[in-house]
Amino acid sequence: MPAKLSAQHITMTFQRDGKSTRVLDDIGLEVGQGEFVCIVGPSGCGKSTLLSTMAGFLSPTSGAVKIDGDAVTGPDPRRIFVFQERGVFPWLTVEGNIDFGLFRLPRPERRRRVDHYIKMVGLEGFEKAYPAELSGGMKQRVEVARALAVNPDMLFLDEPFGALDSITRLTMRGELLRIWGAERNTIVFVTHDIDEAVQLGDRVAVMSDRPAKIQQIVDIDIPHPRDLSSPRYLELRNGIFKQLGLAHKV
Amino acid sequence: MNSTAEPKNWEKLFWPVLACALFLALWHYSVVWTATKVFPSPLAVERGMAELARKGLLWAYIGDSLRRVALGFGAATALGIPLGLTLGWYPAANQVVNPVLQMLRPISPIAWIPIAIILFGIGDITATFLIFLGAFFPIVVACVSGVSNVPSMFRRAGRNFGLTPPQLLARVVFPAALPQIIIGLRIALGIAWLVMVAAEMIAVDSGLGYLVIDARNSGKRYDLVVAAMLLIGVIGLALDICFRKLKDIPSVRWGFRHES
Repeated sequence: MPAKLSAQHITMTFQRDGKSTRVLDDIGLEVGQGEFVCIVGPSGCGKSTLLSTMAGFLSPTSGAVKIDGDAVTGPDPRRIFVFQERGVFPWLTVEGNIDFGLFRLPRPERRRRVDHYIKMVGLEGFEKAYPAELSGGMKQRVEVARALAVNPDMLFLDEPFGALDSITRLTMRGELLRIWGAERNTIVFVTHDIDEAVQLGDRVAVMSDRPAKIQQIVDIDIPHPRDLSSPRYLELRNGIFKQLGLAHKV
Repeated sequence: MNSTAEPKNWEKLFWPVLACALFLALWHYSVVWTATKVFPSPLAVERGMAELARKGLLWAYIGDSLRRVALGFGAATALGIPLGLTLGWYPAANQVVNPVLQMLRPISPIAWIPIAIILFGIGDITATFLIFLGAFFPIVVACVSGVSNVPSMFRRAGRNFGLTPPQLLARVVFPAALPQIIIGLRIALGIAWLVMVAAEMIAVDSGLGYLVIDARNSGKRYDLVVAAMLLIGVIGLALDICFRKLKDIPSVRWGFRHES
């Protein structure tokens, strides 16, 4: 499988108050076409920095990100970055948000896509609602729909379910897998939740603390839908816990 | 009635009306008991207003004052919003211009009267210019801070969808800053209405501000002075209420969640 995205020797150093902090240290990662890759690591380790670099919002101090063989030089509508639900525009309705990126398309096509993705994320009846009237989970769906509506090849998701309650989070994971099953975008998903990573990803890249390196890449060889009590699931999950030096006793 | 209970509809009207009635009664009896010859009673003021209406001055003066405020405030909005957005958008430009703005801002428009008269003579333009000055700075400052407070996440999302900088300004930064801009406009309109009185006292011979000074100068008509004061208060309140309605527009309501 040819690599859709390849991050080569990514190093990132931030200068602050005359001190330089190395956040990313020689990161290499390849993501295949249509693959769902999760990146886990301790909080503050630089996962989001890596994702921002892949999406073109930050340029690395050294190294390069290539997508389809071309170096990434900036953000691009073919690759949409999804934040936590706070990225939804509060001044637009659900429809307006989903339509936001479609301004280059003819009107009937815009209408068609807005309707299609409202249905896909299950927000029928809320077309004219403003984000302030929606729950956190619904806002997150709006943001995912806004991203999908422009037909991106890739989605970068930065802890998208981090602000949701645990029940909604579980539902949203199922929704995301269902949507991914239908659309097959390439997905890079950053999370600090190991369970989430093992439930969603084809592969899980485990990052170390700062300066972050990729410690290990784990293949999650369990077909969807995944049984969260199967021995294989628990084995993979526990392996990552161990890799991060976490005891799973409370 | 406790503080969490939603006031009933009749209560929303009843208590303010009662308070006004009490205020008028207090005023009336104060005049009667002190037997003052100078300060007019509410009834005298009412007669004064009726007299103005008969002479056709009441609506003419109200119209003139509103027109000057509309022009001065309108010009301040038309110039202040683009300037404020530009300065907020280009922090480097703001660093250059900001010290001058901050120095001009605390100068009361009243201090500009001599300069304004040299520049524009005595007349409508001077009065409108002073009102403009009063409204201009709060609008610029609100726009600058509105734009710089736009969460970077919104700008990033806009750039991600391929917006050019002008599109980003129009479709993301402006709507995101709009609630704060509206607050600035409301403050500016309040100031414009205050400045109107002073401006009309010195520069023109019509309007509510002129009525205050003219009624005193030509025959010490304190009933008309107080009538003009009441009109200024009531119209100012009405303008503010209209402006407050703006925050019920759906696309800006999100910015006023934590306000009453």
